[in-house]
Amino acid sequence: MALKKVKGNFERIFDKNLTDLVRGIRNNKDNEAKYIAQCIEEIKLELRQDNMNVKCNAVAKLTYIQMIGYDISWAGFNIIEVMSSSRFTCKRIGYLAASQSFHADSELLMLMTNMIRKDLNSQNQYDAGVALSGLSCFISADLSRDLANDIMTLMSSTKPYLRMKAVLMMYKVFLRYPEALRPAFPKLKEKLENPDPGVQSAAVNVICELARKNPKNYLSLAPIFFKLMTTSSNNWMLIKIIKLFGALTPLEPRLGKKLIEPLTNLIHSTSAMSLLYECINTVIAVLISISSGMPNHSASIQLCVQKLRILIEDSDQNLKYLGLLAMSKILKTHPKSVQTHKDLILACLDDKDESIRLRSLDLLYGMVSKKNLMEIVKRLLGHMERAEGSNYRDELLFKVIEICSQSSYAHVTNFEWYLTVLTELIQLEAGTKHGCLIAAQLLDVAIRVPTVRQFAVTEMINLLDCFSISSQSNSMYEVLYAAAFIIGEFSGESEADGYRSIDILLRQMEVPGHIKSVFIQNAVKLFARLSTACLEKEDDRGLVRLCNNILPKLQDFASSEDIEVQERANSAAILVDLLQTQFNDTILNSNHTSNDILGDIEISDPLKENQQKSKFPQIAIEIIQEIALLFDGELLPVAPKAQRKVPIPEGLDLDEWINPPPEDEEKDSESSESDHDKEQLFVKENSHSNEFKRRKSEELPPEEIAKRKEARRLEQMHNPHYIKATENHNSTNKSEYTNVDNIPIAELALDIPIEIQTARRSDDYLLSQQSRSSKLETKPKHKKTKKSKKSKHRIEYHSSESEDEPKPIHIVNTTLDLPEGAEITDNDDSDGKFDPDDPHRALNIELEIPSTTDDKNLNGKVKNHVSKVIEENILSLNNEDSKKSSSKSKEKKKKSKDKHREKEHKSKKSKSEDKSRPTELDLLGISPPKSSKTDVEKDSSTKHKKSKKEKHHRKEKTKASEYEEALGISTPSKEML
Amino acid sequence: MMLFMLLFSRQGKLRLQKWYVAHPDKLKKKITRELVTTILARKPKMCSFLEWKECKIVYKRYASLYFCCAIEQNDNELLTLEIIHRYVELLDKYFGSVCELDIIFNFEKAYFILDELLIGGEMQETSKKNVLKAIASQDLLQEDEAVEGALTDIGLI
Repeated sequence: MALKKVKGNFERIFDKNLTDLVRGIRNNKDNEAKYIAQCIEEIKLELRQDNMNVKCNAVAKLTYIQMIGYDISWAGFNIIEVMSSSRFTCKRIGYLAASQSFHADSELLMLMTNMIRKDLNSQNQYDAGVALSGLSCFISADLSRDLANDIMTLMSSTKPYLRMKAVLMMYKVFLRYPEALRPAFPKLKEKLENPDPGVQSAAVNVICELARKNPKNYLSLAPIFFKLMTTSSNNWMLIKIIKLFGALTPLEPRLGKKLIEPLTNLIHSTSAMSLLYECINTVIAVLISISSGMPNHSASIQLCVQKLRILIEDSDQNLKYLGLLAMSKILKTHPKSVQTHKDLILACLDDKDESIRLRSLDLLYGMVSKKNLMEIVKRLLGHMERAEGSNYRDELLFKVIEICSQSSYAHVTNFEWYLTVLTELIQLEAGTKHGCLIAAQLLDVAIRVPTVRQFAVTEMINLLDCFSISSQSNSMYEVLYAAAFIIGEFSGESEADGYRSIDILLRQMEVPGHIKSVFIQNAVKLFARLSTACLEKEDDRGLVRLCNNILPKLQDFASSEDIEVQERANSAAILVDLLQTQFNDTILNSNHTSNDILGDIEISDPLKENQQKSKFPQIAIEIIQEIALLFDGELLPVAPKAQRKVPIPEGLDLDEWINPPPEDEEKDSESSESDHDKEQLFVKENSHSNEFKRRKSEELPPEEIAKRKEARRLEQMHNPHYIKATENHNSTNKSEYTNVDNIPIAELALDIPIEIQTARRSDDYLLSQQSRSSKLETKPKHKKTKKSKKSKHRIEYHSSESEDEPKPIHIVNTTLDLPEGAEITDNDDSDGKFDPDDPHRALNIELEIPSTTDDKNLNGKVKNHVSKVIEENILSLNNEDSKKSSSKSKEKKKKSKDKHREKEHKSKKSKSEDKSRPTELDLLGISPPKSSKTDVEKDSSTKHKKSKKEKHHRKEKTKASEYEEALGISTPSKEML
Repeated sequence: MMLFMLLFSRQGKLRLQKWYVAHPDKLKKKITRELVTTILARKPKMCSFLEWKECKIVYKRYASLYFCCAIEQNDNELLTLEIIHRYVELLDKYFGSVCELDIIFNFEKAYFILDELLIGGEMQETSKKNVLKAIASQDLLQEDEAVEGALTDIGLI
């Protein structure tokens, strides 16, 4: 026997221990996998031995192997075996291995319930401690249900070490087994006043986590937390409490008012940055929840902004980042106070850290006004030229557009400026992926701001003219689509422009097919307009020249490799050809050379009119008019949600099958009637088979089809994006030609520079705006002073900046195409925020109402494994109980509080306006720290208690002084390692 | 609540991983890989916070080791940095000016210390002294057992 043992020990000398394994892996860097496979084989052998130490060693090695990414799930049983050893060393290793490799859905957990229970109840506190730590990583719903009582018992253990762990562990239990919350809550609440600071802060932690998800159930604890906040000096706990209040205040604005003072005190006094940051965040949350009615409310905002400015100015990047983050929260409600720090935020744009730059960009979005938009965009454009990294440049480009276009271009006063900015963005070649976005912006502006169209057309012609092919590697060519559309749709206003545009559009450019086809489409559009103009002026030679010009170019496109381009070019060519043939005779007879036609365009000789009129064959006139009709009608912008609001036409069932799905059953029960069925393969459900009734498809009567077609056509007509796909969408069935005359002809504004300059043109707009505003400023000086005197009594907040705001030069067309009765502001029906799997939903339990049935459930006598049923029970119970017991609980509360307070409550109650609120009592329980002290001192009836309390306090104080606390980030990153 | 904590070297080697939320192994590996590459790619002057999917990432580099934590949206980033720093201080006290090799060769000790500091992703013990005391007495228990075990193995007891 002894010999065998000695032999076993001798063999063990050759076993690898953990250090050997680690060293071995480091020495075999080249063939790590092979080495580890070899080690795993050895470990498997070791696990088969009887000696627990060997097994323990093997499991320790497995844990290491697991950490570097190998699968050890096969060793589950061995891990449990090691965990079940009576020796602490094995337990420690076993639970560690389990916590690293077990999952909550592992089936092995079923085997462990009793073993874990034994460990939790062990005499050795460290056995239980190790078990709790391990359990926190792999606890399942079943384990939570079965062990909830044991952990709850540990919550009142005599050892603070275990109490603390158990309290924190309960949170994990609640998440998995929500039914445990109600019976455990009183204990949890009691722990808030535990003398051990660790236990206390653990309880605060748990309730904070719970309350963040379901704050309204914890409002009644506000007085306790308020007291803790004003007395405690443990920063770790303070942060949690303040965070908790941040979650509670939105529900109870009066709580917020109480909080402001102690929070601002903390902001002033604390040196810990983490605490300061948390305070500022909660103050912001409070200020958001109490919108008005606070006398010194702007003061606390100012304080926050000031402190944040200090953070942002700090050299520590982390503080800078968080400062900007918090600033953006203030911005949402108090934009004015942030706007004063514009300089600071603009300075952050030049920071080395990309994430800080992005944060400040976010802030800028909210800071722009009509007044400073041009300036900010100028900074951004300048910044973009310098910026590195295409990703960041993309983001920057996106932000520029987002900033300008927010709330329907509310801050853009001059759209010529904005179009210039857009073209500059294109030429910067900054972004690579936002071509579509810029295209959409160009289209949107051109469609919605009618006065700027002419400018847009000249811009776009220049853009198309100069667009360099080199930039095709990115998606920027998408803007050509918008450019072509704008030219085609809006450029008919001057002819010289039109001829030039057609030339440019029909130039052979190396762009993708879908853009080329838009080019052709718009060239045809232009052609229609120009030919109408020729018709009006009786200029047949011009028309012929136009046809001659355009036809060969279209035919060139007909050989394109893109099928869409081919088709469009072909159909356009045939149209033009048709027109041209009408003139063939007259042209042959004509003596004019084509050279002098250009000069003739503007001149219309009244004497020649009659002669020329005869030159237009009747069919040609009709053709021209028909072509013009193709593109008739005005485009309106479409509201983003318009499509959704289009009512479903009567008789249209969207859930209906168009064709019945193939039947799954091979055996066709109706095979006997097959002769009849064969003829109507697709509609046979009409006649029989009730089970398929829901899927049946009906054949529509021809009128209905026509009706739907009409509806669809109408819908497409209003959608500018359909132009690309359908050619003749705009043609109406009208036979009159009334609209032809309405095509406006305007002169080209020649003062606009045609060549695109290298210097940024958008700056000119800024300069002109500045000069304009400076003129304005000099004039009404004394008027203003009068006004400011008058408005002094007004709240500073509403001080109107609008006076100095530049007036918009262009107006955005905000009439959007919408079906009747629909509103743009209509909410989306499906918010999708509802997550049925969220464990916190089940934890939404009203805790003030005692429930006996739940306790029974937890005791394991009446275990209901279908948690859903329980949940429903609780819900229904809550609803019933809340009515009955609300009065009871109120009474209880009153009894529990001493008489003096009750009197105070009564007097306060009579003063307060709304008595109906159930939380009233608790909330008024909060009083500023000074008065609560005097309360205690004054009260003679509670003298006995008081002396106890004082002792208690002293104890706490001495403990707290021993206790370490966070000193904030002030500790620099020591190079310890 | 902290979602997970990762320790990895400048070379991207994982030194420690602690998950407070249950994920399948595959997902864990994917998350780890993504985070390690993104964090290693960041320049030293950059701030320690990242917005990453649904959560926030807080990381800090100590010598050659990166300590990286994932926290929930409304958690306090500075407090998390504090926790990381506290953990480093504890490691330092326990090992006596800790270095990466200490953590590699005594990785289980590093886990034990972490388990005393945090439980289920929540701060457990804010007092350094108490953590070290708990670890020391557990180590003592192990040593006692080791002596006892050796004696029984040889057959003396």
